[in-house]
Amino acid sequence: MRAYSIAVYLFLYAPIVLIVLFSFNSGNNASDFQGFSTLWYGKAANNRFVIEAVTHSLIVASSSASLATVFGTMAALAIQRVRGAARLFFDAMTYIAIMVPGIVIGISTLIALVTTFGLVNNILTTIWPGDPATAPQLGMGFGSIIAAHTLFSLALVIVIVRARIAGMDRSLMEASADLYATPWGTFRQVTLPLILPAVVAGFLLSFTFSFDDFVVAFWVAGSKTTLPIYIFASIRRGVTPEINAIGTVVLTVSLILLFSAQFLLRRGEKPKAKAA
Amino acid sequence: MATATQSDQAERRTRWITVLLLAPSAFWYLALLVVPLAIVVVFSFGERAAAGGYQAAFTIANYLNLPARAAAFRNTLILAPVGTIVCLLAAYPLAYYLAIKASPRMRLFLLILVIVPFWTSFLIRTYAWMFILGGRGLPAVIEWLGLGEVRLINTPLSVLIGMVYGYLPLMVFPIFVSLERLDKRLIEAAADLGSNPWRSFLQVTLPLSAPGVITGCMLVFILLMGEYLIPQLLGGGKVFFIGNALVDLFLQSRNWPFGSAVAMGLVVIMLATVTIYLRVTRRYGAGRDVSLL
Repeated sequence: MRAYSIAVYLFLYAPIVLIVLFSFNSGNNASDFQGFSTLWYGKAANNRFVIEAVTHSLIVASSSASLATVFGTMAALAIQRVRGAARLFFDAMTYIAIMVPGIVIGISTLIALVTTFGLVNNILTTIWPGDPATAPQLGMGFGSIIAAHTLFSLALVIVIVRARIAGMDRSLMEASADLYATPWGTFRQVTLPLILPAVVAGFLLSFTFSFDDFVVAFWVAGSKTTLPIYIFASIRRGVTPEINAIGTVVLTVSLILLFSAQFLLRRGEKPKAKAA
Repeated sequence: MATATQSDQAERRTRWITVLLLAPSAFWYLALLVVPLAIVVVFSFGERAAAGGYQAAFTIANYLNLPARAAAFRNTLILAPVGTIVCLLAAYPLAYYLAIKASPRMRLFLLILVIVPFWTSFLIRTYAWMFILGGRGLPAVIEWLGLGEVRLINTPLSVLIGMVYGYLPLMVFPIFVSLERLDKRLIEAAADLGSNPWRSFLQVTLPLSAPGVITGCMLVFILLMGEYLIPQLLGGGKVFFIGNALVDLFLQSRNWPFGSAVAMGLVVIMLATVTIYLRVTRRYGAGRDVSLL
C-alpha cells in the first residue's frame, strides 16, 4: 500500500516536475532541453500580453470571489428562515448552478448577453442625441466575466457556509439574544466568528476557480484576455518554455499562499475540521 | 396589545432583513442562470439564420438532428463513467493509506501534497501531458527500450490518463474525509471476532466510507461530462466530447439553434443521471449526508 501511494505521488508530480524543469530551458523548443537559463522568466515578465492577462485575471478573480462570498454568505444566513416556494427556488438553483457544465453556462450567458446587448444597444443608438456612431454601446468584458464567474462561486459559497451553519450550535445565538445583544451584535460577535473558516474557504475556492477558469471565460471575455485564455492560445500556437515559466510562477505563488494560510490557521485558535 | 404590535413590528423587520439578504443571490440566479437557460431552450427550437446565429421559428428539427453528433455523445457517455471509475480505483487505496495507515504526523503533509497539483493551472498540467504522451515523450522511451512503437497522444487512452490525472485529488479528498471519521475500533472489533482483513474491509470499512465514495464519484463525473480542454488538448480533435461539439457548433458552423439543442441534451442527461444516482445511493442509506445541499 505504501509502494502504491508512492507511485501515485510520482504520477501526480512527474508532470509538474517536468514543467518546472523545462521552464529553465535555454533553447526555445519546448521538448528539447538545451541548457539551464532563466531566459524565459525574463521574457514572460517583459511580455506586455502576459502582464495584461495576469492583471485581468487578478481583477476578475478578486471581484467575483468577493461578490460571491458576500452575497453567498448573506443568502446562507437567511435561507433557513425561509420555507415553501422561495426555499425550493434557492435549493433548486444552487443545485443547477453546480450541476450544469461550465461550457453550457458560458454559452448560455453569451447568448443571453448578446441578445440583451443587441436590444439595449439599438435603443441607445436611437435615443442618443448626437451622432449615432458615437452612442455608448454595451459589450463583453470585465462585467460579463465577473458576472458569470460569480454565479458558480455563489452556489459554492452557499453550499459551504450552509454546511457550517448546519453544524453550529444554535443555542449560542439564542443566548446572545437573551443577553440583549442586537441582531447585528449577535452576527458580528457570535455568528461571524463561528462561520468565518467556511467563509474564508469559500472565498479561496472561488478565487482559485475564477483564476483558473477557461471554459466559462472563453465565451464571455470579449477582448479581455485572462491568463488561461492566453495560455490556451499559446498552446495552440505551438509552445515555448515561456508557458512553463508562467506555470511555475503560478504554482510558486499559490504554494506560498497555501502554506501561509495553513500557518495562519494553525496560529489562530485550533481549527475545527473544515466544513468543505 | 402594545406588546403584540411590538412583536409584529419585530417580525416584519426580520422578514425585511431576510428578503434583503436573499435579494442579491436571487437576482444573480435569475439573471445569469434562469434567463440564459430559458433563452437556450427557446433557441433550441429555432432555425439557423442564413449568416449563422439564430432565427425565430418553432421546430423540433434540431432535436431530431441530434444523432448527427452521436459520436460526441457516445465518447462522453463512455469515457466519463470509465474515467470516474478509474479515478475511484486509483484514489481509494491512497485515501485509505492516508487516513488509516499513515502516521498522524505525516498525514497533513501528505494530504497537502495531494492538493498542491490542484493549485497549478489546469491548462498547464494538461499541457504537460501533451508533452509526456507526445512523440518525444513516453513513446520514445518505450521504443528505446525495444518494446515496439506506440502512439499515445490523440487516443482515447491519452484522454483517459488526462482525466484521471486532472481529477484524482477531487476523488481522494472526500474518501479520505469519510475514512478518517470512521471509528477504527470497528475494524479491530471485526478482527477480534475472527474476520480476516479482506472481509473486514468489505463488510466494515467499505460500507462506512460509502458517503465519501459517492460524493467523490459525483464531483468527478459532473466535471468529466462537461469536459472540453482534455479532449481538445490530448484527444487532438479525434476523441470528441460533447463540449468540443458545442465549441464547434457555436464558433465554427455558427449553428446556434442546433448547438442549443446539443447543450440541452447534455444538461438533461446530466440532471437525469445524477438524480437517479442520488436516489439509488440514498436507498442504500449510504447517501444520507451526500446531497450537494
